[in-house]
Amino acid sequence: MAYEYKPFSYVPPAGLTQAEPRHAVAIVGAGPIGLALAVDLAQRGIRSVVLDDNNVVSVGSRAICWSKRTLEIFDRLGIGPRMLEKGVTWKIGRNFHGDKEVYSFDLLPEEGHKYPAFINLQQYYVEQYLVERAQEFPDLIDLRFKNKVVGHQDLGDAVKLDIQTPDGLYRLEADWMIACDGAGSPTRARMGLDFSGQTFEEQFLIADIEMEQSPFGDADVPERWFWFDPPFHSGKSALLHMQPDNIYRIDLQLDAGADHKAEAAEDKVIPRIKAIVGDKPFKLDWVSVYRFRCIKLDQFVHNRVIFAGDSAHVVSPFGARGGNGGIQDVDNLGWKLAAVLKGEAKAALLNTYHEERSFGSAENILNSARATNFMTPKTPIEELFRSETLRLAQDQPFARKLLNSGRLSLPCSLEGMALQTPAAAQVAPGRALLDAPLISETGNSWLLNEVQGDFTLVGFGDVTLPDLSGIRRIGINQRADHPCFTAAGNHAIRRYGSGKAYLFRPDGHVCAVFDTPTEQAVLTAKARALGAELENAA
Amino acid sequence: MSIEPDRLSPVQDEFYQALMAAHAGLDETESHALNARLVLMLANRIGDVNVLTQLLQSARSYSND
Ligand SMILES: Cc1cc2nc3c(=O)[nH]c(=O)nc-3n(C[C@H](O)[C@H](O)[C@H](O)COP(=O)(O)OP(=O)(O)OC[C@H]3O[C@@H](n4cnc5c(N)ncnc54)[C@H](O)[C@@H]3O)c2cc1C
Repeated sequence: MAYEYKPFSYVPPAGLTQAEPRHAVAIVGAGPIGLALAVDLAQRGIRSVVLDDNNVVSVGSRAICWSKRTLEIFDRLGIGPRMLEKGVTWKIGRNFHGDKEVYSFDLLPEEGHKYPAFINLQQYYVEQYLVERAQEFPDLIDLRFKNKVVGHQDLGDAVKLDIQTPDGLYRLEADWMIACDGAGSPTRARMGLDFSGQTFEEQFLIADIEMEQSPFGDADVPERWFWFDPPFHSGKSALLHMQPDNIYRIDLQLDAGADHKAEAAEDKVIPRIKAIVGDKPFKLDWVSVYRFRCIKLDQFVHNRVIFAGDSAHVVSPFGARGGNGGIQDVDNLGWKLAAVLKGEAKAALLNTYHEERSFGSAENILNSARATNFMTPKTPIEELFRSETLRLAQDQPFARKLLNSGRLSLPCSLEGMALQTPAAAQVAPGRALLDAPLISETGNSWLLNEVQGDFTLVGFGDVTLPDLSGIRRIGINQRADHPCFTAAGNHAIRRYGSGKAYLFRPDGHVCAVFDTPTEQAVLTAKARALGAELENAA
Repeated sequence: MSIEPDRLSPVQDEFYQALMAAHAGLDETESHALNARLVLMLANRIGDVNVLTQLLQSARSYSND
């Protein structure tokens, strides 16, 4: 069944008739990033107004592949379980060269994690779930559809926004403006910020089709098929992926010079798809032709205007790092912005959002650019190396590892950056939490549910946690006067070691590790994670 | 043919990128020459004639595929 788009209602905003009281946060754009940020802030008690020029979820599925780390973040935001239930957990990946299968892999889930490595779920579902989640905070999230931001002015300690609605123009002021207005960000353009980088010449046809019969044979196992130089599309690459509701995603590389209008026309698209799926009946759900770019802003934080998601960085989709990267922006920014607004941290803390996420997006750009380059050899010699790699990949393990149709997004490590207190540990300060199943007298849980959201000190095995106010404490495989759990299957102890205390940031990244966690040491590490050692920016 | 164990990961993508970069801007003849130099230098780095002979045979065995 194809998705049914239901428009969200437009309500004339108060600002049309009277001046609105100053808002804490104005979020421009209700894509996955803007919506997720509003929910994150609301969960911390911070109000926001979300302005979107449109009134429907993403048309066409765009992002389909959501990584484990993203699902863990969405778990904290309240929609993870719903995504997992609806999504397709894909298992088998197959790489073909011509009509020969060169290499396949089974994404066997590693035991002891709440979420699998990846699921496929259409972006419109994710946005719908986020809107519904946001609506659970009517006092904290003011969601305004058909509110187009057409101008803004940084007043130094606030931002003034000009907003166009069907009923005319109005203004509002906010302490912070977060630009989540997508790859074509009008905010970025208005500020004249340079956004140049690698643009790939090749174009890609992206189509979603609805088809009852599985193209993956009888087994009915969700697979991902990737072809280098397929027999049905000579010299190019092709990808076939499964989504819920019997929807399949097809990516086809086109010539650099292809006419994108003609290529997106049904009479051109249908024969191309028939060549892949044969004579199984199908319906076209969405077709688009893209030319991909890999670009980021030099600076994500501009005084009171902060960029997150595609407005700050875009990547080619091979490796699924666009939306997944943006969700990590939200995870990183939400608690910092809340801490600044609550007076728990100086504004300089927000500069570490730039430090940490600019690094993360550079990593995403590097990986997706490498994949795109591998998929689209540009010279005869690149072509030669690629085809010999494919030849060797049939039986040489090292060559299989060289095949690159996208390195799937892994959580970014923030090791060595300003907020972390260095230490040697199995999970070094800076890394994102490794999930593990926990058992307690009151029921089963997951480490991610116990540590995400707030600073949390976790004692693993034989280590005594100090009595601290303002820091949540839990123990694993220990008895104490704070909540304690048993490490199911011993996964938690195996992953973190025994006799160690880990301090997690609210976004689930480790920021310090102790053998002897004294009160003083833990409080110093927490203060550092809140930016105590940073120079305050003017 | 002998199967080479994987000794390249996790740096395989970095290597491949550097290899392509080394060829950037060369025409085919120049690229050919670069490959030849590279083979000779890698052979020198390996320095074990048994290993090298095996590798040569293995590489050759794919030529009839
Ligand atoms: C073909 C394709 C496949 C992809 N596959 C994946 C994938 O598998 N996994 C993945 O993680 N990512 C994927 N991506 C990337 C992903 O879609 C984006 O990274 C994601 O949509 C970014 O979200 P965003 O909220 O930053 O921006 P957007 O989703 O673009 O949202 C921006 C919002 O801002 C609104 N807006 C714009 N201007 C204004 C204005 N002036 N005033 C008010 N509102 C405004 C827009 O209407 C829109 O709602 C893919 C992208 C494409 C194109």
